[in-house]
Amino acid sequence: MSVAIIDYNSGNLHSAAKAMERAALDLGAERVVVTSDPEIVRTADRVVLPGVGAFADCRAGLDAVPGMVEAMTEAVKERGRPFLGICVGLQLLAERGLEHGVTEGLGWIRGEVERIAPSDPELKIPHMGWNTLQTAREHPLLAGIPTGEGGLHAYFVHSYHLKPADGIDLVATTDYGSTITAMVARDNVAGTQFHPEKSQRLGLALLANFLKWHP
Amino acid sequence: MLKVRVIPCLDVKDGRVVKGVQFVDLRDAGDPVEAARAYDLAGADELTFLDITASHENRGTILDVVRRTAEQCFMPLTVGGGVRTVDDVRTLLHAGADKVSINTAAVNRRAFVGEAAEKFGEQCIVVAIDAKRVSKEGEENRWEIFTHGGRTPTGIDAITFAREVVDLGAGEILLTSMDRDGTGQGFDCALTRAVADAVHVPVIASGGVGTLDHLVDGIREGGASAVLAASIFHFGTFTIREAKERLAEAGLPVRLDV
Repeated sequence: MSVAIIDYNSGNLHSAAKAMERAALDLGAERVVVTSDPEIVRTADRVVLPGVGAFADCRAGLDAVPGMVEAMTEAVKERGRPFLGICVGLQLLAERGLEHGVTEGLGWIRGEVERIAPSDPELKIPHMGWNTLQTAREHPLLAGIPTGEGGLHAYFVHSYHLKPADGIDLVATTDYGSTITAMVARDNVAGTQFHPEKSQRLGLALLANFLKWHP
Repeated sequence: MLKVRVIPCLDVKDGRVVKGVQFVDLRDAGDPVEAARAYDLAGADELTFLDITASHENRGTILDVVRRTAEQCFMPLTVGGGVRTVDDVRTLLHAGADKVSINTAAVNRRAFVGEAAEKFGEQCIVVAIDAKRVSKEGEENRWEIFTHGGRTPTGIDAITFAREVVDLGAGEILLTSMDRDGTGQGFDCALTRAVADAVHVPVIASGGVGTLDHLVDGIREGGASAVLAASIFHFGTFTIREAKERLAEAGLPVRLDV
Protein backbone atom coordinates (compact mmCIF):
# COMPACT_ATOMS: atom_id res chain seq x y z
CA MET A 1 0.00 0.00 0.00
CA SER A 2 1.35 3.44 -0.83
CA VAL A 3 0.82 6.76 0.93
CA ALA A 4 1.51 9.91 -1.08
CA ILE A 5 2.37 13.05 0.87
CA ILE A 6 1.91 15.95 -1.47
CA ASP A 7 4.94 18.22 -1.85
CA TYR A 8 3.90 21.66 -3.04
CA ASN A 9 6.63 23.65 -1.37
CA SER A 10 4.73 24.19 1.83
CA GLY A 11 5.37 23.01 5.27
CA ASN A 12 7.23 20.45 7.14
CA LEU A 13 6.91 17.41 4.90
CA HIS A 14 9.79 15.66 6.57
CA SER A 15 7.95 15.47 9.91
CA ALA A 16 4.71 14.34 8.30
CA ALA A 17 6.53 11.60 6.40
CA LYS A 18 8.52 10.44 9.42
CA ALA A 19 5.45 10.33 11.65
CA MET A 20 3.56 8.43 8.98
CA GLU A 21 6.42 5.95 8.64
CA ARG A 22 6.48 5.49 12.40
CA ALA A 23 2.72 4.94 12.50
CA ALA A 24 3.09 2.49 9.61
CA LEU A 25 5.78 0.43 11.34
CA ASP A 26 3.30 -1.88 13.01
CA LEU A 27 1.05 -2.18 10.01
CA GLY A 28 3.38 -3.92 7.59
CA ALA A 29 4.52 -2.84 4.18
CA GLU A 30 3.44 0.75 3.79
CA ARG A 31 5.32 2.86 1.31
CA VAL A 32 5.36 6.53 2.26
CA VAL A 33 6.47 8.87 -0.50
CA VAL A 34 6.81 12.63 -0.46
CA THR A 35 5.99 13.65 -4.00
CA SER A 36 5.20 16.50 -6.34
CA ASP A 37 4.38 14.06 -9.14
CA PRO A 38 0.64 14.10 -9.92
CA GLU A 39 0.89 10.61 -11.39
CA ILE A 40 2.02 9.16 -8.06
CA VAL A 41 -0.78 11.00 -6.26
CA ARG A 42 -3.34 9.79 -8.81
CA THR A 43 -2.44 6.15 -8.23
CA ALA A 44 -1.66 6.29 -4.48
CA ASP A 45 -3.70 4.21 -2.07
CA ARG A 46 -3.84 7.08 0.41
CA VAL A 47 -3.17 10.79 0.03
CA VAL A 48 -2.01 13.34 2.61
CA LEU A 49 -2.02 17.10 2.08
CA PRO A 50 0.08 18.84 4.76
CA GLY A 51 0.48 22.58 4.89
CA VAL A 52 1.71 25.47 6.94
CA GLY A 53 1.54 29.13 6.11
CA ALA A 54 -1.14 31.32 4.68
CA PHE A 55 -4.17 29.96 2.83
CA ALA A 56 -3.59 31.96 -0.36
CA ASP A 57 0.11 31.04 -0.52
CA CYS A 58 -0.67 27.37 -0.08
CA ARG A 59 -3.40 27.47 -2.72
CA ALA A 60 -1.00 29.17 -5.12
CA GLY A 61 1.65 26.57 -4.32
CA LEU A 62 -0.76 23.76 -5.05
CA ASP A 63 -1.85 25.35 -8.33
CA ALA A 64 1.79 25.84 -9.31
CA VAL A 65 2.24 22.06 -9.61
CA PRO A 66 0.69 21.27 -13.01
CA GLY A 67 -2.00 18.63 -12.79
CA MET A 68 -1.83 18.24 -8.99
CA VAL A 69 -5.33 19.42 -8.11
CA GLU A 70 -6.75 17.23 -10.88
CA ALA A 71 -4.75 14.23 -9.65
CA MET A 72 -5.92 14.76 -6.06
CA THR A 73 -9.48 15.13 -7.21
CA GLU A 74 -9.33 11.96 -9.24
CA ALA A 75 -7.76 9.94 -6.41
CA VAL A 76 -10.39 11.15 -3.96
CA LYS A 77 -13.55 11.58 -6.00
CA GLU A 78 -13.21 8.81 -8.58
CA ARG A 79 -11.00 6.25 -6.88
CA GLY A 80 -12.39 6.88 -3.40
CA ARG A 81 -8.96 6.92 -1.78
CA PRO A 82 -8.71 7.98 1.87
CA PHE A 83 -7.47 11.57 2.09
CA LEU A 84 -6.09 13.51 5.05
CA GLY A 85 -5.53 17.27 5.10
CA ILE A 86 -3.37 18.66 7.89
CA CYS A 87 -3.60 22.26 9.18
CA VAL A 88 -3.74 24.46 6.08
CA GLY A 89 -4.19 21.17 4.21
CA LEU A 90 -7.52 20.86 6.03
CA GLN A 91 -8.39 24.49 5.40
CA LEU A 92 -7.85 24.07 1.66
CA LEU A 93 -10.75 21.59 1.66
CA ALA A 94 -13.16 24.47 2.28
CA GLU A 95 -14.98 26.44 -0.39
CA ARG A 96 -13.20 29.68 0.45
CA GLY A 97 -10.44 31.07 2.62
CA LEU A 98 -10.74 34.58 4.06
CA GLU A 99 -7.08 35.08 5.02
CA HIS A 100 -5.50 38.05 3.16
CA GLY A 101 -8.51 38.40 0.80
CA VAL A 102 -10.83 35.75 -0.55
CA THR A 103 -9.25 32.63 -2.06
CA GLU A 104 -11.04 29.65 -3.56
CA GLY A 105 -10.50 26.35 -1.81
CA LEU A 106 -11.07 22.85 -3.16
CA GLY A 107 -14.70 22.94 -2.03
CA TRP A 108 -14.74 19.34 -0.80
CA ILE A 109 -16.11 20.46 2.57
CA ARG A 110 -18.73 23.21 2.43
CA GLY A 111 -17.83 26.27 4.45
CA GLU A 112 -15.30 29.06 4.85
CA VAL A 113 -11.99 29.50 6.62
CA GLU A 114 -12.18 32.46 8.95
CA ARG A 115 -10.07 34.05 11.67
CA ILE A 116 -10.55 32.58 15.10
CA ALA A 117 -12.24 35.03 17.43
CA PRO A 118 -11.93 34.18 21.12
CA SER A 119 -14.56 35.89 23.24
CA ASP A 120 -11.75 36.93 25.59
CA PRO A 121 -9.65 39.57 23.79
CA GLU A 122 -6.77 38.79 26.15
CA LEU A 123 -6.25 35.40 24.53
CA LYS A 124 -3.25 35.24 22.25
CA ILE A 125 -3.49 34.62 18.53
CA PRO A 126 -2.17 32.30 17.04
CA HIS A 127 -3.79 29.54 19.08
CA MET A 128 -0.49 27.83 19.76
CA GLY A 129 0.15 24.78 21.87
CA TRP A 130 -1.50 21.68 23.27
CA ASN A 131 -5.23 21.39 23.60
CA THR A 132 -7.78 18.61 24.09
CA LEU A 133 -10.47 17.51 21.62
CA GLN A 134 -14.23 17.39 22.08
CA THR A 135 -15.86 14.99 19.68
CA ALA A 136 -18.93 16.09 17.76
CA ARG A 137 -19.41 12.61 16.39
CA GLU A 138 -17.59 9.31 16.19
CA HIS A 139 -15.04 8.80 13.46
CA PRO A 140 -12.68 5.88 12.65
CA LEU A 141 -9.66 8.24 12.76
CA LEU A 142 -10.34 8.88 16.45
CA ALA A 143 -10.90 5.21 17.32
CA GLY A 144 -9.29 4.32 20.65
CA ILE A 145 -8.08 7.87 21.29
CA PRO A 146 -9.17 9.35 24.64
CA THR A 147 -10.84 12.73 24.03
CA GLY A 148 -12.49 15.31 26.28
CA GLU A 149 -10.89 17.44 29.01
CA GLY A 150 -9.17 14.42 30.55
CA GLY A 151 -8.11 13.00 27.20
CA LEU A 152 -4.91 13.21 25.19
CA HIS A 153 -3.68 16.51 23.74
CA ALA A 154 -3.13 17.62 20.16
CA TYR A 155 -0.69 20.31 19.02
CA PHE A 156 -2.25 23.34 17.35
CA VAL A 157 -0.71 26.38 15.74
CA HIS A 158 -3.09 28.51 13.69
CA SER A 159 -4.99 31.78 13.50
CA TYR A 160 -7.77 30.64 11.16
CA HIS A 161 -10.16 27.68 11.13
CA LEU A 162 -12.73 26.08 8.87
CA LYS A 163 -16.35 26.74 9.79
CA PRO A 164 -18.24 23.86 8.13
CA ALA A 165 -21.58 24.83 6.61
CA ASP A 166 -22.91 21.31 7.19
CA GLY A 167 -22.78 20.40 10.86
CA ILE A 168 -22.41 16.73 9.98
CA ASP A 169 -18.92 17.40 8.57
CA LEU A 170 -17.69 18.47 12.00
CA VAL A 171 -15.93 15.62 13.83
CA ALA A 172 -14.12 17.35 16.70
CA THR A 173 -13.66 20.79 18.19
CA THR A 174 -11.32 22.37 20.68
CA ASP A 175 -11.96 25.16 23.15
CA TYR A 176 -10.01 28.41 22.98
CA GLY A 177 -12.27 31.12 24.27
CA SER A 178 -14.72 29.89 21.68
CA THR A 179 -15.37 26.63 19.88
CA ILE A 180 -12.74 25.99 17.24
CA THR A 181 -12.88 23.36 14.51
CA ALA A 182 -10.29 20.68 15.23
CA MET A 183 -11.31 17.97 12.77
CA VAL A 184 -13.70 17.58 9.84
CA ALA A 185 -14.61 14.63 7.63
CA ARG A 186 -16.92 13.81 4.77
CA ASP A 187 -16.98 10.41 3.06
CA ASN A 188 -13.33 9.44 2.36
CA VAL A 189 -11.97 12.91 3.12
CA ALA A 190 -10.76 13.96 6.57
CA GLY A 191 -8.81 16.90 7.90
CA THR A 192 -7.17 17.90 11.18
CA GLN A 193 -6.48 21.50 12.17
CA PHE A 194 -3.90 20.21 14.66
CA HIS A 195 -0.64 18.59 13.61
CA PRO A 196 -0.82 14.82 14.19
CA GLU A 197 2.84 14.56 13.17
CA LYS A 198 3.68 16.79 16.18
CA SER A 199 1.13 15.43 18.61
CA GLN A 200 3.08 12.53 20.07
CA ARG A 201 0.75 9.74 21.24
CA LEU A 202 -2.51 11.16 19.97
CA GLY A 203 -0.95 12.01 16.63
CA LEU A 204 0.69 8.66 15.99
CA ALA A 205 -2.53 6.85 16.97
CA LEU A 206 -4.54 9.01 14.57
CA LEU A 207 -2.10 8.42 11.71
CA ALA A 208 -2.21 4.67 12.36
CA ASN A 209 -6.01 4.88 12.22
CA PHE A 210 -5.75 6.74 8.91
CA LEU A 211 -3.63 3.92 7.47
CA LYS A 212 -6.27 1.39 8.55
CA TRP A 213 -9.22 3.52 7.42
CA HIS A 214 -11.52 1.97 4.80
CA PRO A 215 -14.22 4.54 4.16
CA MET B 1 -8.36 24.23 27.32
CA LEU B 2 -5.00 25.39 25.99
CA LYS B 3 -2.15 24.30 28.21
CA VAL B 4 0.84 26.21 29.46
CA ARG B 5 3.96 24.93 27.69
CA VAL B 6 7.18 23.76 29.33
CA ILE B 7 10.12 23.97 26.94
CA PRO B 8 13.63 22.68 27.60
CA CYS B 9 16.37 24.41 25.62
CA LEU B 10 19.56 22.79 24.42
CA ASP B 11 22.65 24.75 23.43
CA VAL B 12 24.30 22.96 20.54
CA LYS B 13 27.81 23.68 19.29
CA ASP B 14 29.22 21.87 16.28
CA GLY B 15 26.55 19.23 16.67
CA ARG B 16 27.11 18.55 20.37
CA VAL B 17 25.27 19.73 23.47
CA VAL B 18 27.38 22.15 25.46
CA LYS B 19 26.99 22.73 29.21
CA GLY B 20 26.24 19.01 29.28
CA VAL B 21 23.09 17.14 30.01
CA GLN B 22 23.16 14.90 33.03
CA PHE B 23 20.23 12.62 32.60
CA VAL B 24 20.34 9.12 33.86
CA ASP B 25 19.98 6.52 31.11
CA LEU B 26 21.59 8.65 28.42
CA ARG B 27 24.13 6.69 26.45
CA ASP B 28 25.82 9.86 25.29
CA ALA B 29 25.11 13.03 27.22
CA GLY B 30 26.62 15.19 24.50
CA ASP B 31 24.38 13.96 21.72
CA PRO B 32 21.51 16.42 21.20
CA VAL B 33 19.38 13.77 19.53
CA GLU B 34 19.63 11.55 22.60
CA ALA B 35 18.75 14.48 24.83
CA ALA B 36 15.83 15.36 22.57
CA ARG B 37 14.53 11.82 22.78
CA ALA B 38 14.78 11.84 26.57
CA TYR B 39 12.79 15.09 26.70
CA ASP B 40 10.26 13.71 24.23
CA LEU B 41 9.69 10.70 26.51
CA ALA B 42 9.57 12.96 29.56
CA GLY B 43 6.61 14.86 28.10
CA ALA B 44 8.25 18.16 27.14
CA ASP B 45 5.76 20.27 25.19
CA GLU B 46 8.32 21.56 22.71
CA LEU B 47 12.05 21.56 22.32
CA THR B 48 14.37 24.41 21.42
CA PHE B 49 17.83 23.98 19.94
CA LEU B 50 20.11 26.95 20.06
CA ASP B 51 22.91 26.54 17.57
CA ILE B 52 25.83 28.42 19.04
CA THR B 53 28.29 27.12 16.48
CA ALA B 54 30.79 29.88 15.93
CA SER B 55 31.37 29.43 12.23
CA HIS B 56 28.66 29.57 9.67
CA GLU B 57 30.45 26.89 7.64
CA ASN B 58 29.61 24.28 10.23
CA ARG B 59 25.92 24.81 9.70
CA GLY B 60 25.51 21.36 8.22
CA THR B 61 25.96 19.75 11.63
CA ILE B 62 22.88 21.40 13.15
CA LEU B 63 20.88 20.46 10.06
CA ASP B 64 21.85 16.86 10.63
CA VAL B 65 20.87 17.13 14.30
CA VAL B 66 17.51 18.64 13.40
CA ARG B 67 16.92 15.96 10.80
CA ARG B 68 17.74 13.11 13.16
CA THR B 69 15.69 14.65 15.98
CA ALA B 70 12.66 15.12 13.76
CA GLU B 71 12.88 11.45 12.85
CA GLN B 72 12.43 10.41 16.44
CA CYS B 73 10.62 13.18 18.28
CA PHE B 74 7.04 13.93 17.45
CA MET B 75 6.77 17.27 19.17
CA PRO B 76 7.43 20.79 17.90
CA LEU B 77 11.03 21.77 17.44
CA THR B 78 12.37 25.33 17.34
CA VAL B 79 15.86 26.06 16.10
CA GLY B 80 17.71 29.32 16.56
CA GLY B 81 21.19 30.78 16.43
CA GLY B 82 22.81 32.62 13.54
CA VAL B 83 19.71 32.68 11.35
CA ARG B 84 20.41 35.54 8.95
CA THR B 85 18.69 34.90 5.63
CA VAL B 86 15.46 33.57 4.19
CA ASP B 87 17.56 30.66 2.92
CA ASP B 88 18.72 29.89 6.47
CA VAL B 89 15.06 29.69 7.52
CA ARG B 90 14.17 27.50 4.57
CA THR B 91 16.97 24.96 5.10
CA LEU B 92 16.14 24.65 8.82
CA LEU B 93 12.44 24.14 8.12
CA HIS B 94 13.21 21.61 5.42
CA ALA B 95 15.50 19.75 7.81
CA GLY B 96 12.56 19.32 10.17
CA ALA B 97 12.39 22.43 12.35
CA ASP B 98 8.84 23.60 12.98
CA LYS B 99 9.82 27.08 14.05
CA VAL B 100 12.89 29.14 13.48
CA SER B 101 14.08 31.68 15.99
CA ILE B 102 15.59 34.93 14.72
CA ASN B 103 17.66 37.12 17.00
CA THR B 104 20.47 39.43 15.89
CA ALA B 105 19.35 39.51 12.27
CA ALA B 106 16.02 40.99 13.37
CA VAL B 107 17.80 43.67 15.36
CA ASN B 108 20.07 44.55 12.44
CA ARG B 109 17.28 44.57 9.90
CA ARG B 110 13.64 44.39 11.06
CA ALA B 111 12.33 43.82 7.55
CA PHE B 112 13.88 40.34 7.61
CA VAL B 113 11.17 39.24 10.05
CA GLY B 114 8.49 40.31 7.58
CA GLU B 115 10.21 38.60 4.66
CA ALA B 116 10.51 35.33 6.57
CA ALA B 117 6.93 35.45 7.87
CA GLU B 118 5.54 36.19 4.44
CA LYS B 119 7.43 33.27 2.94
CA PHE B 120 6.86 30.62 5.60
CA GLY B 121 3.95 31.84 7.68
CA GLU B 122 3.86 33.74 10.96
CA GLN B 123 3.40 30.54 12.94
CA CYS B 124 6.99 29.44 12.32
CA ILE B 125 8.77 32.72 12.92
CA VAL B 126 9.91 33.25 16.50
CA VAL B 127 11.79 36.41 17.37
CA ALA B 128 14.22 35.97 20.24
CA ILE B 129 14.69 39.12 22.29
CA ASP B 130 17.58 39.44 24.74
CA ALA B 131 16.80 42.35 27.01
CA LYS B 132 18.56 44.03 29.90
CA ARG B 133 17.08 46.47 32.38
CA VAL B 134 18.55 49.93 31.80
CA SER B 135 16.34 52.00 34.09
CA LYS B 136 17.79 53.00 37.40
CA GLU B 137 16.27 52.37 40.79
CA GLY B 138 13.17 54.51 41.20
CA GLU B 139 12.87 55.22 37.48
CA GLU B 140 10.13 53.81 35.32
CA ASN B 141 11.07 50.33 34.08
CA ARG B 142 12.95 50.31 30.80
CA TRP B 143 14.68 47.45 29.03
CA GLU B 144 17.05 47.59 26.11
CA ILE B 145 17.94 44.98 23.50
CA PHE B 146 21.42 43.56 23.74
CA THR B 147 23.15 41.38 21.16
CA HIS B 148 26.22 39.12 21.20
CA GLY B 149 25.18 37.25 24.29
CA GLY B 150 24.30 40.39 26.21
CA ARG B 151 27.56 42.24 25.55
CA THR B 152 26.50 44.73 22.93
CA PRO B 153 23.88 47.38 23.71
CA THR B 154 21.76 48.53 20.79
CA GLY B 155 19.86 51.47 22.25
CA ILE B 156 16.62 49.81 21.13
CA ASP B 157 13.75 49.69 23.61
CA ALA B 158 12.67 46.08 24.13
CA ILE B 159 8.93 46.73 24.33
CA THR B 160 8.89 48.90 21.21
CA PHE B 161 10.96 46.31 19.38
CA ALA B 162 8.61 43.50 20.41
CA ARG B 163 5.62 45.44 19.04
CA GLU B 164 7.46 46.14 15.80
CA VAL B 165 8.48 42.56 15.08
CA VAL B 166 5.00 41.27 15.87
CA ASP B 167 3.50 43.83 13.49
CA LEU B 168 5.94 42.54 10.88
CA GLY B 169 4.78 38.96 11.37
CA ALA B 170 6.56 37.31 14.29
CA GLY B 171 4.25 34.57 15.55
CA GLU B 172 5.88 34.23 18.94
CA ILE B 173 8.40 36.04 21.15
CA LEU B 174 11.15 34.20 23.01
CA LEU B 175 12.05 36.69 25.72
CA THR B 176 15.27 36.31 27.69
CA SER B 177 16.27 38.52 30.56
CA MET B 178 20.02 39.01 30.29
CA ASP B 179 20.05 40.19 33.90
CA ARG B 180 18.62 36.92 35.11
CA ASP B 181 20.02 34.40 32.63
CA GLY B 182 22.07 31.79 34.45
CA THR B 183 21.45 33.31 37.90
CA GLY B 184 18.73 30.94 39.11
CA GLN B 185 16.94 33.95 40.63
CA GLY B 186 13.81 33.61 38.54
CA PHE B 187 12.43 35.37 35.48
CA ASP B 188 12.31 39.14 35.27
CA CYS B 189 8.52 39.02 35.58
CA ALA B 190 8.08 42.76 35.12
CA LEU B 191 9.84 42.49 31.75
CA THR B 192 7.80 39.42 30.78
CA ARG B 193 4.56 41.13 31.76
CA ALA B 194 5.45 44.33 29.88
CA VAL B 195 6.11 42.42 26.65
CA ALA B 196 3.17 39.99 27.05
CA ASP B 197 0.82 42.94 27.52
CA ALA B 198 2.28 44.76 24.52
CA VAL B 199 1.81 42.00 21.91
CA HIS B 200 -1.02 39.71 20.85
CA VAL B 201 1.19 36.67 20.16
CA PRO B 202 2.42 34.14 22.73
CA VAL B 203 5.48 35.05 24.80
CA ILE B 204 7.96 32.43 26.06
CA ALA B 205 9.64 33.49 29.29
CA SER B 206 13.32 32.62 29.53
CA GLY B 207 16.33 33.32 31.70
CA GLY B 208 16.82 32.75 35.39
CA VAL B 209 14.80 29.71 36.39
CA GLY B 210 16.17 28.17 39.57
CA THR B 211 13.07 26.73 41.24
CA LEU B 212 9.76 25.37 40.08
CA ASP B 213 7.94 28.30 41.64
CA HIS B 214 9.81 30.54 39.21
CA LEU B 215 7.94 28.76 36.41
CA VAL B 216 4.63 29.52 38.11
CA ASP B 217 5.65 33.18 38.47
CA GLY B 218 6.54 33.46 34.79
CA ILE B 219 3.04 32.44 33.81
CA ARG B 220 1.06 34.07 36.58
CA GLU B 221 2.97 37.30 37.14
CA GLY B 222 4.70 37.53 33.80
CA GLY B 223 1.69 36.56 31.69
CA ALA B 224 3.83 34.21 29.57
CA SER B 225 2.23 31.43 27.48
CA ALA B 226 5.23 29.17 27.89
CA VAL B 227 8.30 28.82 30.07
CA LEU B 228 11.74 27.87 28.84
CA ALA B 229 14.55 26.55 30.97
CA ALA B 230 17.86 24.79 30.47
CA SER B 231 19.98 24.03 33.52
CA ILE B 232 17.25 22.91 35.94
CA PHE B 233 16.26 20.18 33.49
CA HIS B 234 19.66 19.28 32.03
CA PHE B 235 21.28 18.74 35.38
CA GLY B 236 18.38 16.71 36.63
CA THR B 237 17.50 19.20 39.39
CA PHE B 238 13.89 18.83 38.32
CA THR B 239 12.12 16.68 35.78
CA ILE B 240 9.65 17.98 33.21
CA ARG B 241 6.98 16.07 35.09
CA GLU B 242 7.84 17.77 38.39
CA ALA B 243 7.70 21.14 36.67
CA LYS B 244 4.27 20.41 35.26
CA GLU B 245 2.96 19.04 38.53
CA ARG B 246 4.06 22.21 40.30
CA LEU B 247 2.28 24.31 37.68
CA ALA B 248 -0.82 22.14 38.08
CA GLU B 249 -0.73 22.52 41.87
CA ALA B 250 -0.68 26.26 41.34
CA GLY B 251 -3.89 25.90 39.34
CA LEU B 252 -2.34 26.38 35.90
CA PRO B 253 -3.44 24.11 33.03
CA VAL B 254 -0.74 21.67 31.91
CA ARG B 255 -0.52 18.61 29.69
CA LEU B 256 0.32 15.46 31.59
CA ASP B 257 0.06 12.99 28.67
CA VAL B 258 2.95 10.58 28.49
